[in-house]
Amino acid sequence: MPFIPHTEDEVREMLAAIGAPDIEALFDEIPHTLRGADLSAIPAGLGEQAVSRLMRTRAAADRQPLCFLGAGAYEHHIPAAVWEITTRGEYYTAYTPYQAEASQGTLQLLYEYQTMMARLMAMEVSNASLYDGASALAEAVLMAVRANRAAKSRRILMPASVHPRYRQVVQTIVRHQGIELVSLDFDAGQGRLDPDSLPGDPGPCAALVIPQPNFFGCLEQVDALTDWAHRHKMLVIAVVNPLAMALLKPPGQWGARGADIACGEGQPLGVPLASGGPYFGFMCCRRAHMRQMPGRIVGRTIDLDGRTGYSLTLQAREQHIRRSKATSNICTNQGLMVTAATIYMALLGGEGLRRTAAACHDGMGALLHRLADVPGVAQHFTAPAFHETVLRIEGRPVEKVLAAMAEDGLLGGLALAPHYPALADTLLVCVTEARSGEDLDAYVDALRRALAV
Amino acid sequence: MNESPLIFEQSRPGRRNPAHAPEAPARPVDMPAELLREAPPALPEVSEMQVVRHYTRLSQRNFAIDTQFYPLGSCTMKYNPRACNTLAMLPGFLGRHPLAPVATGQGLLACLFELQEILKTVTGMQGVSLAPMAGAQGEFAGIAMIRAYHDARGDTARREILVPDAAHGTNPATAVMCGYTAREIPTDAQGDVDLEALRAAVGPQTAGLMLTNPSTLGVFERRIIEIAGIVHEAGGLLYYDGANLNAILGKVRPGDMGFDVIHLNLHKTFSTPHGGGGPGAGPVGVGERLLPYLPLPIVAREGETYRWLEESDRPHSIGRLSAFGGNMGVLLRAYVYARLLGREGMERVAEYATLNANYLMARLREAGFEPAFPERRATHEFIITLRRQARELGVNAMDFAKRLLDHGMHAPTTYFPLLVPECFLIEPTETEDKATLDAFAAAMAAIQHEAETRPETVKTAPHTLPVRRLDDVRAARELDLVWEGDEGKP
Amino acid sequence: MSEIPSGLKYAKTHEWVEELHDGTVRVGITDHAQELLGDMVFVELPEVGAAVHAGQECAVVESVKAASDVYSPVDGEVVAVNERLADSPELVNQDPYGDGWIMQVRLADDAEPGELMGADDYAAMVESEEAE
Repeated sequence: MPFIPHTEDEVREMLAAIGAPDIEALFDEIPHTLRGADLSAIPAGLGEQAVSRLMRTRAAADRQPLCFLGAGAYEHHIPAAVWEITTRGEYYTAYTPYQAEASQGTLQLLYEYQTMMARLMAMEVSNASLYDGASALAEAVLMAVRANRAAKSRRILMPASVHPRYRQVVQTIVRHQGIELVSLDFDAGQGRLDPDSLPGDPGPCAALVIPQPNFFGCLEQVDALTDWAHRHKMLVIAVVNPLAMALLKPPGQWGARGADIACGEGQPLGVPLASGGPYFGFMCCRRAHMRQMPGRIVGRTIDLDGRTGYSLTLQAREQHIRRSKATSNICTNQGLMVTAATIYMALLGGEGLRRTAAACHDGMGALLHRLADVPGVAQHFTAPAFHETVLRIEGRPVEKVLAAMAEDGLLGGLALAPHYPALADTLLVCVTEARSGEDLDAYVDALRRALAV
Repeated sequence: MNESPLIFEQSRPGRRNPAHAPEAPARPVDMPAELLREAPPALPEVSEMQVVRHYTRLSQRNFAIDTQFYPLGSCTMKYNPRACNTLAMLPGFLGRHPLAPVATGQGLLACLFELQEILKTVTGMQGVSLAPMAGAQGEFAGIAMIRAYHDARGDTARREILVPDAAHGTNPATAVMCGYTAREIPTDAQGDVDLEALRAAVGPQTAGLMLTNPSTLGVFERRIIEIAGIVHEAGGLLYYDGANLNAILGKVRPGDMGFDVIHLNLHKTFSTPHGGGGPGAGPVGVGERLLPYLPLPIVAREGETYRWLEESDRPHSIGRLSAFGGNMGVLLRAYVYARLLGREGMERVAEYATLNANYLMARLREAGFEPAFPERRATHEFIITLRRQARELGVNAMDFAKRLLDHGMHAPTTYFPLLVPECFLIEPTETEDKATLDAFAAAMAAIQHEAETRPETVKTAPHTLPVRRLDDVRAARELDLVWEGDEGKP
Repeated sequence: MSEIPSGLKYAKTHEWVEELHDGTVRVGITDHAQELLGDMVFVELPEVGAAVHAGQECAVVESVKAASDVYSPVDGEVVAVNERLADSPELVNQDPYGDGWIMQVRLADDAEPGELMGADDYAAMVESEEAE
């Protein structure tokens, strides 16, 4: 009986103490007609060795091609210490820190995380995480509508250069609350918003979303966009790659006043690709808006003896107290992923993060340099990029090129046509610091072979 | 004792971990200066050993299932088998990019497909999506599907979701996120939904009812068949909040009780770790009527191969809830757990969870504690009320909870549900042995004795933890949410 | 037993109203209400100029473990709010009928007196609630 420790003697003693003849009697309040579930379709239990064999076979079936895919999930070096510590039972098997005195480890770690994220984003406060980048953006949209009461608007300007999946998720989550997402086109040549072609009178809007870098890897002109939005009484929601913020101007310093909310996908900070999750969403904001922020927040306080300690705070925003008036229904977040990210950021430090980001950018430059003399391949957009870029492929359909590269054991990028019909002959390619010079050579060789057919 | 400096306080300028930081040029030349950051963020500058020591020490300031009994009601803190972690972190699963072609993910998809099938069978539903990343997101998906169903029929007057007054706060919060208003239904003295009030509340405005069964009061809703009839007759749908599924796993299926849609908390019933507050996973299951609306993605099997169902396959889906399909690592852990247990193991989960809860209730009753529903069976959890202790001794549920920590046991859920004053919601789970339950009952008896003889000791507890009772009021009034004790402000 | 000054009017939802004899009234929550809520940590004030309606939410008072809506006892327009509560929410605990006031409202021209109680009736209501 897996994970049930009772001996037959103990069961007898326990039933005697209860005064029940058998375990079945304990279910006597359940209507009889409901009993007798047929579970025969569920396989019989296996021992750990048999399950291990099964899982190892399946994991091995998932070959590990050399990865040049990004598009919101990035392969980076993760120091061994990160997951060695994170999977300690004291972190792994603890619950949300409701009993603060018995959860000081997790709580102090979260306070350190909030401080690290606020500094990385140059914002004033941070929450203790949301589910992932896309749902964090959805929460940021809801938050902006609540926080910008003066705008009296439920419209949100959402550039088409924001990750298409993020836009889908936002739509799924906010559509029932009467919020309208208004799309903004990017400049077809630059691959980013053109601040000069923004409308002079956009009408009432609660917020503008600014991605940095955007889905195409291009850098948006964040200062001009932020100031434009603030001039029109909108809040600015930054949705950013946190690693890039060690190198690029962080949201809190955008334009004259800085972004109002910063959110995004935390996965680049020490979380493995893991087929798509668990990752974590992060969210920071200005202090003025913190009571509209969803999710757990940890505060520092003192105990009866005046000693420093930590506890969950600002809980009156949350569902277990405010119920139907809560800022969100979120309760469980992604605590373990935040544990890993905190340890990752502590190990890398600010300079280590900056170098990692710069190395990613360099790697992309090195790939482009190698691709310069590959016929039929060109960089599609002109805006400067971080560690991803859009390539235009001539001579063979992109899907076929990628399939051929996959045969060579290499994930060559993401075809953009399904999300952007106008970008039919393009793919999105990513280089991180995890790719060596040899890896880049392999990419170029595989691409040449794929195009040569 | 035990002052615990922040990692920032151990920082010294210029300290690096060269093993982890690549060589890189100082500033990229091909990016305009106005887009660059002036100085790196002021993160700690500490050695690898300092990091390992600091976070190992912090971990030791936590209670966890691996170190303590953790009878937190409605949270199902059962043992998290280590094999689940080891096998979910195999390199083939861990290194896979979410957008990699499905041809390179057949092993993963096979596990997910089989997990969908297992969850369908064990809940008695017709279809399952693993997409939601937590219970609350599962709730959102469930209510959004109910709304999609009514909207598709042009039945747009249904704008009200009914929730029992004992419900989790997520239920009404979710209803509002889906554009509904939440209306509370009272509970009767025996802990069942007040049927008269329910009959009076349903009507053409009713979109559905959200119900946890067993309820948050730790008792089985005995008239569930009647409740389902009342709601269905009024044209509403029935939502099952799976928070308490551990109580009936393998015994009764929500589908057989008449529920149209459910969510499961895999981090409860399927023993994936709680991780200090997530990640969880909140798959949703539906009956026939809601199948078209399930969130994406879903895994399909075609012959011997697996693929993701997407928008073109399911045009009526409520959509996506995450960028990449969900908390895969959590789903893999749940899958391993399900395979280790198998059907006969699953049938025993509810049995032994219920045995443990009823036994502990009997022991506490014997020790003089007052069950909130003394006439009822405990399910996998039960409530005691300490209102007598609060009134007569001035020692309340919070004091008992904090003193339990000194006994090396995590406190049960306190002050929830709100209907029962000074309550403990106690869920021992099936993985605890009799000796642990006896020790808990003995600790409660000892605290009771202390409350009668030296109440100050209880009221000022805990005494043996890294910190004593914390000033929550100060935390909320003088908000200190990020550290500013150095000059490293950005 | 909490303090219930005799010169004020009271709403069922535990707000008090003080007539200022210039067409405006001052509003706060009662001593009994602040006792139930416990240590106040934040008060969400209405905006000056906002219209309020009897029986409708106009502010929120938060303690660590609870958040409670404050309902306007009268119809009218908010002409002042107690800015000191932003930094010192504890004033609601310390002096609920004085420094802990929440808002001042200019009564609407057609304002009905509404269902407000005198001190004795309110005291009786509190007593019967506590007996439950």
